[in-house]
Amino acid sequence: MEMKHRKLPTTKDMRPEEFKNNDYLLRMAEELNRDGAGIVLGTLDDLINWGRSNSVWSLALGTSCCAIEFMALGAARYDMARFGFEVTRNSPRQADLLMVLGTINYRMAPVLKRLYDQMAEPKYVIAVGGCTISGGPFRKSYYVVNGIDKIVPVDVYIPGCPPRPEALFYGMMQLQRKIKMERFLGKRDRNEVPQGLMENKEEKA
Amino acid sequence: MIQQVTEKIKQWCPQAEVETAGETVVSVPADKLEDVCRKLHDDTDEPMDYMRDLVGVDHGEGVLGVYYLLESTRTGGRVMLRAEAKGGEENPLLPSVCRIWKTAEIKEREAFDFFGIRFTGHPDMRRLFLREDWKGYPLRKDYDMDSNPLELTSEVNADVTEEFNLRPDGTLERRENVVFNPDDFVVNIGPQHPSTHGALRMRTSLEGETVKHIDPVLGYIHRGIEKMNESLTYPQTLAFTDRLDYLSAHQNRHALCMCIEQAAGIEVTERVQYIRTIMDELQRIASHLLFYSCLVMDMGALTPFFYGFREREMILDIFEETTGGRLIQNYNVIGGVQADIHPTFVQKVKEFTKHMREIIHEYHEIFTGSVIARNRLKQMGLLSREDAISLATTGGTGRASGWANDVRKHHPYALYDKVDFKEIVYTHGDSWDRYMVRMDEILESCAIIDQLIDNIPEGEFRVKVKPVLKLPEGVFTASVESSRGEFGVFLVSRGDKSPYRLHYRSTGLPLVHAMDTVCRGNKIADLIAIGGTLDFVIPDIDR
Repeated sequence: MEMKHRKLPTTKDMRPEEFKNNDYLLRMAEELNRDGAGIVLGTLDDLINWGRSNSVWSLALGTSCCAIEFMALGAARYDMARFGFEVTRNSPRQADLLMVLGTINYRMAPVLKRLYDQMAEPKYVIAVGGCTISGGPFRKSYYVVNGIDKIVPVDVYIPGCPPRPEALFYGMMQLQRKIKMERFLGKRDRNEVPQGLMENKEEKA
Repeated sequence: MIQQVTEKIKQWCPQAEVETAGETVVSVPADKLEDVCRKLHDDTDEPMDYMRDLVGVDHGEGVLGVYYLLESTRTGGRVMLRAEAKGGEENPLLPSVCRIWKTAEIKEREAFDFFGIRFTGHPDMRRLFLREDWKGYPLRKDYDMDSNPLELTSEVNADVTEEFNLRPDGTLERRENVVFNPDDFVVNIGPQHPSTHGALRMRTSLEGETVKHIDPVLGYIHRGIEKMNESLTYPQTLAFTDRLDYLSAHQNRHALCMCIEQAAGIEVTERVQYIRTIMDELQRIASHLLFYSCLVMDMGALTPFFYGFREREMILDIFEETTGGRLIQNYNVIGGVQADIHPTFVQKVKEFTKHMREIIHEYHEIFTGSVIARNRLKQMGLLSREDAISLATTGGTGRASGWANDVRKHHPYALYDKVDFKEIVYTHGDSWDRYMVRMDEILESCAIIDQLIDNIPEGEFRVKVKPVLKLPEGVFTASVESSRGEFGVFLVSRGDKSPYRLHYRSTGLPLVHAMDTVCRGNKIADLIAIGGTLDFVIPDIDR
């Protein structure tokens, strides 16, 4: 085993054998294969998911720097309309996706929670930037939430300070992949998912 | 210059002491403070009518103090006062100066929020950045960092506030002031609102459609940067400056580097000065282009937004090649810059300024000339010169009201005394002038860059500096003209490897504070457009 990994790059925080490319998606695929899907429902699912994944409307909760990079995504050079992301809604009632762009602190945390609760199912959350993932450079502050996954379940994490527009695209396309694999008809209530996530975390720990 | 002022203060108040560790600070006893401030403000030769900043400091052993940074708009002379709060740690008191300088209203609330210093005579002693149910004062040295756990319940914002006055016998008199009456019609704007440029919240009371009062609720992106600075070494503190006002990242970092270099006696090379000045101006253009894009989008136009970002991407490309970062560059370091300029830098910058000059007419054709823009900006949100100075709204906002306040012109740093440029000043103080100031400054910045770009001298891009730096004891300041006003650094060193107190003068805090004055009497539909022309960035306000 050791020989195999010798040439891989190592970082302080993570050993290469621990790195899994999107194990969440793998798990979903496994679940799909196991449970199977009917021809009618499965085809209908594919059609619906094709539509859903290509018109993800986001609620941009832009509190700081990352929001400016998100604006660059909307402009002509990066043009997120190519992927169907271009519609940003300013009301949580009309949004599928909560983009958290920037630091969330103790005063903003209840607002974030409330916005998430106000969104209609199915809903997704993308955590953009170091601050939303772990508190980032402000981790030791008395006022900064160390990761928004303490407040809302997160579907995709996009690291960076701020992430490049390409990184934002990559993250958002990961979400598209995820939506495409979901069972839309006869799916479980999403409210159960965060608990499932928590169990997995505990197992790892 | 400074001696004349200190002599004057000594005449008025013989107990005043002059400290000269680092910058000159005049220490004034608390009971004489209001009197001295009033006299400085009303002085006939050199009226100190612009309060740059008000900074609280915990001196340790139960002594809390406040520094007052004053400047005269007539002569440009500066003076720094210091006062110690009476009453020790339990009940620190200082007289309020908010009747002399309006900007002290919000700055004293900040000092109260961070240090618990109560200002007697201040009409509104509420917390500013922290939750209203917060316990303790975080910037005090003995603050327990774990004393306030994360709460997911929304706080209740009080509609009444407290005022404290000192009776002649030394006891406190508490009075209740009303922010909003129960029968006021209050509209809540933000913190999640697409046009407040970040997480800003304004509680706005209306009379029909007319704005009666705006109460800004800040702190939705307060990150406690000033407290964190106190446990970091000097080179480490640099990283936060880029993330304050991310549209002035270069300039903010420039100010902090300048302050530390000046305190440590480090001389940077001519080449570094050239690079820093050019980068500052590129950053200013990028910021003003974003200002244009955001303003037009707030007003409902989308096409000009693409124009603004088209040119902005060119600047970001130049930044990226040299610094590796697009929005946040982390480029200036103590003693120079992180890396030498990219071989194509000179050529690309020249291409850009040429292109910018040729294309700016498109911006004016699509928006400036439009009837809608003119009707919605002209004579809207008036700010008089006196109010601008009293509220300390520096930058383009002040210059649109006829207040010439460009730090580059009046207190030149880097190479600004060697280049020839015009300070753009308009006189009407309406939204239109605030917009035009920025549009004209784009061309002025191009002119500055053109004068420098061909003459970048050879030399070191960075002088060797010890990784762990110790600054001598004292108080040090530096200020630069950032994209949206005077950005100041205030540093108290006790000779350690990390600062004892490192405070930044927010460019946006006075601007948000001015919203009440500027918007009052205007229609609520114009509030967003007026806010857009004031051009604030919220993480810089909250710090």
